[in-house]
Amino acid sequence: MSAKNRIASGVAGYVDDRTGAAKWLKKNLTKVFPDHWSFMLGEIALYSFIILLLSGTFLTFWFDPSQREVIYNGSYAPLSHVTMSASYASTLHISFDVRGGLLMRQIHHWAALIFMAAIVAHLLRVFFTGAFRKPREFNWLIGVGLVTLGIVEGFLGYSLPDDLLSGTGIRIAEAILQAIPVVGSYLSFFAFGGAFPGHVFIPRIYTVHVLLLPGIFLALITIHLMLVWYQKHTQYPGPGRTEQNVVGYPLMPVYMAKAGGFFFIVFGVTAFLGGVASINPIWLYGPYTPGQISAGSQPDWYMGWLDGLVRMSPPIETHAFGHTISWNILLPGLILPGILFTGMALYPFIESWITGDKREHHLLDRPRNVPNRTALGAMSLTFMMISLINGGNDIIATHFHLTINGIMWFTRIGLIVVPPIAFVITKRICLSLQRADRELVLHGKETGRLVMLPHGEFVEVHEPISAQKAWTLTQHLQPEALMVEGADENGVRNPAGLKGKIRARISKANAEQVAAPTLTEFKELEGGHH
Amino acid sequence: MKRLSRYRRHKFAGPAVLLAALFTIGTTFSIATALPSQQRMEVSAQTTMVEEGKQIFARGCSSCHGLNAEGGAIAPSLIGVGAASVDFQVGTGRMPMADMSQQAMRKKPVYNEQETAALAAYVASLAPGPASVTNASLTWERDGNVAQGGELFRTNCAMCHNFAAQGGALSNGKYAPTLMDAQPKQIYEAMITGPQSMPKFSNNTITPAEKLSIIKWIKAAQNEPSLGGASLGRVGPVTEGLLVWTLGLGLLIGVAVWLAAKAR
Repeated sequence: MSAKNRIASGVAGYVDDRTGAAKWLKKNLTKVFPDHWSFMLGEIALYSFIILLLSGTFLTFWFDPSQREVIYNGSYAPLSHVTMSASYASTLHISFDVRGGLLMRQIHHWAALIFMAAIVAHLLRVFFTGAFRKPREFNWLIGVGLVTLGIVEGFLGYSLPDDLLSGTGIRIAEAILQAIPVVGSYLSFFAFGGAFPGHVFIPRIYTVHVLLLPGIFLALITIHLMLVWYQKHTQYPGPGRTEQNVVGYPLMPVYMAKAGGFFFIVFGVTAFLGGVASINPIWLYGPYTPGQISAGSQPDWYMGWLDGLVRMSPPIETHAFGHTISWNILLPGLILPGILFTGMALYPFIESWITGDKREHHLLDRPRNVPNRTALGAMSLTFMMISLINGGNDIIATHFHLTINGIMWFTRIGLIVVPPIAFVITKRICLSLQRADRELVLHGKETGRLVMLPHGEFVEVHEPISAQKAWTLTQHLQPEALMVEGADENGVRNPAGLKGKIRARISKANAEQVAAPTLTEFKELEGGHH
Repeated sequence: MKRLSRYRRHKFAGPAVLLAALFTIGTTFSIATALPSQQRMEVSAQTTMVEEGKQIFARGCSSCHGLNAEGGAIAPSLIGVGAASVDFQVGTGRMPMADMSQQAMRKKPVYNEQETAALAAYVASLAPGPASVTNASLTWERDGNVAQGGELFRTNCAMCHNFAAQGGALSNGKYAPTLMDAQPKQIYEAMITGPQSMPKFSNNTITPAEKLSIIKWIKAAQNEPSLGGASLGRVGPVTEGLLVWTLGLGLLIGVAVWLAAKAR
C-alpha cells in the first residue's frame, strides 16, 4: 500500500467510523443513469438556477428595493438630476458604478431567460416521450408548479428595477388583478397598499423575489430530484433495456464529471451572453412614471404568450349589479391561462383515464408511436406560438412592414383554426412515420442500387436492418381501444353511460395505430423476397 | 446771429450755400434711391424663388396636390402649411411619395436644397404658416439639456417612437419612424408641423427651449454607445427572447448532444 492510499483510507475510515457514510455512498455513488442529450435539458435549468442564486446574491449587495424618490447623481449623464425611485437609481448604480455590476446584472437576466427556456424544453421532452406516466405523475405536477412559479419569479425579478418598461408590466398586472370580479379592486388595493403605484409594491415583491419564491424553488427542486433518484431515470427503448433495469453509466465517476463539467459550460454560455449581448438596458427605458409609456413595450418571452392573448382579446364588458366585468382582461389574463395550466397539470391523469393504462412505465415512448399525444402536444404548442406572435405584434409590424391590425386578426382567427390543423397534420405525420418504420423492419433500408433481373424487371436492393434496430422499432406497446362503446357483442349496453361513451370514443381515436410488424410477418417476408 | 450776419455778404457765401445744398440734395437723393432699390432686389429674388418653386410644384406636386396647392381627393391642401412643412416633407424625401402606401417613408430626397427652398418659398407665399429652420439656427448643443430632453421625450414621444427613438407601430400599417437619421431641423420642423400621424407640438405645449432639449436627447440617443454588448436593436425583450432560444439554448443543447455522444 502506497503512502497516498494509506492516508486516503485513513481519512475515509475516520469519517466512516463517525458517520457511517460508506454504505450509503457505495450504494448511491454507483447509481446508474441513462445517457441522452435530451435528459440534460432539466440539468440546464438546474444549473441556471444555481447561477441565478449566485448572481442574484451579488446584486442584492447594492440594490435598494425602495420607491423613495431620489435625484440621480451617478455617472450616466443622460439621466443626471432626474427624479427617480431609489430602486431605479441603485440599479443604475449597479450598472455603471459597481465593478462588474452590469455584467452580473446581464448574467442574472440571461440566466433567467435560459432557466425558463430550459424548463420549457425539458417539459416538452417529458411530455412527448410520455415520461410523466405512472409512477411519475407527482413529479409532473411539481414540474408544472415550477414552470408556473418560474413565470411569476421572472416577472417579479424584472419588475424590481422600477424602470419605464417594468412599471408598464406592473400596471398590466394590476389591471389583471382588478379584472377579478367583485374582489379585484380590493385585491389591487391590498397588493399596492392603496392606489397604483404607491410606495410599497417594490419592497414587497423584493421579499417575494429573493426570499419566498427561491425558498419554494429550492424545496420543489429538491423533491423533484429526490423523486428522480428514488424512481430512477426513464430511458429510451433499445436492446437490453427493460421496464426493470436502467442501462447507463454510474454516477461516480462518469456523471460526476459530466454534470460538473456541464455546469461550468452552462455558466460559460450564460457569462458569454452576459458579456456580449445587452439585456434589459434600463438606462434607456428611463425611470417609471405612470404618465409615460414606450412604443413596443413587451414582457420577457415566457410572458409573451399571455401578453399576446390580452392584445388580441376583443373589447367585451358586462355590467351587473353595479360591477363591471372586464371579459377583455379576465378571459385572456386569467381564465384561459387557468384552463391551459390546469389541463397541463391534469394531463397524466386524463391520459391514463383514456387509455385505461395503470401500469408503471420506465421505458419512454418514441413520439410517433403515440400519435394522439404527440398531436395534442403540437396543438398546444401551436396555440402558444400564435399567442406569442401576437405578443410581439408591434415589433413584427415595424420590422416586416406589416399592419398591426392584420397581425391581430391573423392571430385571432389562427388561434382557433390553426391548432386543430396542427393536430391533424401531426397525427398524420406520426402514422406515416410508423408506416415507414414498418417498411424498414419488413423490407430493410433502401440502398439506391438498382438491379435488373434476368427477365428484365428492375428492382431496388433493400438491405435488412440490424436485429437491434428492428427491436427498437417494434418494441412499443400497441394500445387497444377500451371496448365500452355502445353495446358489446352480446348486446349488453355499456353500463358507464354517456361518460363511458365519450371515454370509448376518445380511446378509440387514441388507439389509432399502424400495426408494428410481428415476428410471423417478418418471417413470411424473409424467404427470398427482395 | 452776429456771426451769420457778418459773413452773409462774404464772397464765398453764395458758392458755399450752393455746395451745401447740392451735397444735401445729393445725399438725400442717393439714400432715397438706394433704399428702395435694395428692397426691390430682395423682392425680385423672392419672386424668382416663388416662381421657380411654382414651376417645380407644377411639375412634381400638382398632380396630387392640385395646380394651386388646393389639395385633391388623394392629397391635402398645402395652403397655410408653411415652409417648415415643405422643408420637412421634401427634405426627408417623404414627398413626392414613391407610392400610395399607408404613409410616406423617409428616402433619398428627390429635390436638392435649392429646389426644396424654392418649393418652400412657393408654398409659404400662398398663406402664412410655420417658417422653416436651419440646422445652424438651432442652438441645441449650447442651450439643450439632455436629461430634461429625455424626460420630455418619454412623456411626449416615446409612446410612438419607442424609448430609444427606434420607431414603433401605429394602427393599420402606419408607423412612427425611427429617429436615428433625423437632423435637428427635421426634428424641430416635425414638432411644429405634425407630419402624417404625428400631433403638432405648439410652443405652448413644448417651448422652443424644450424642443432644443428634445433634439439634444435624440442626438444623444443616435450616438448612444452599446453599453453592455450588442444592442439587439433596442426594441425590448422580443429580440432578447429570440436570442436566448437560438444562440443560448442552441449552444447548450449542442453541448449536451456532444457530451452524450462522447459517452459511447
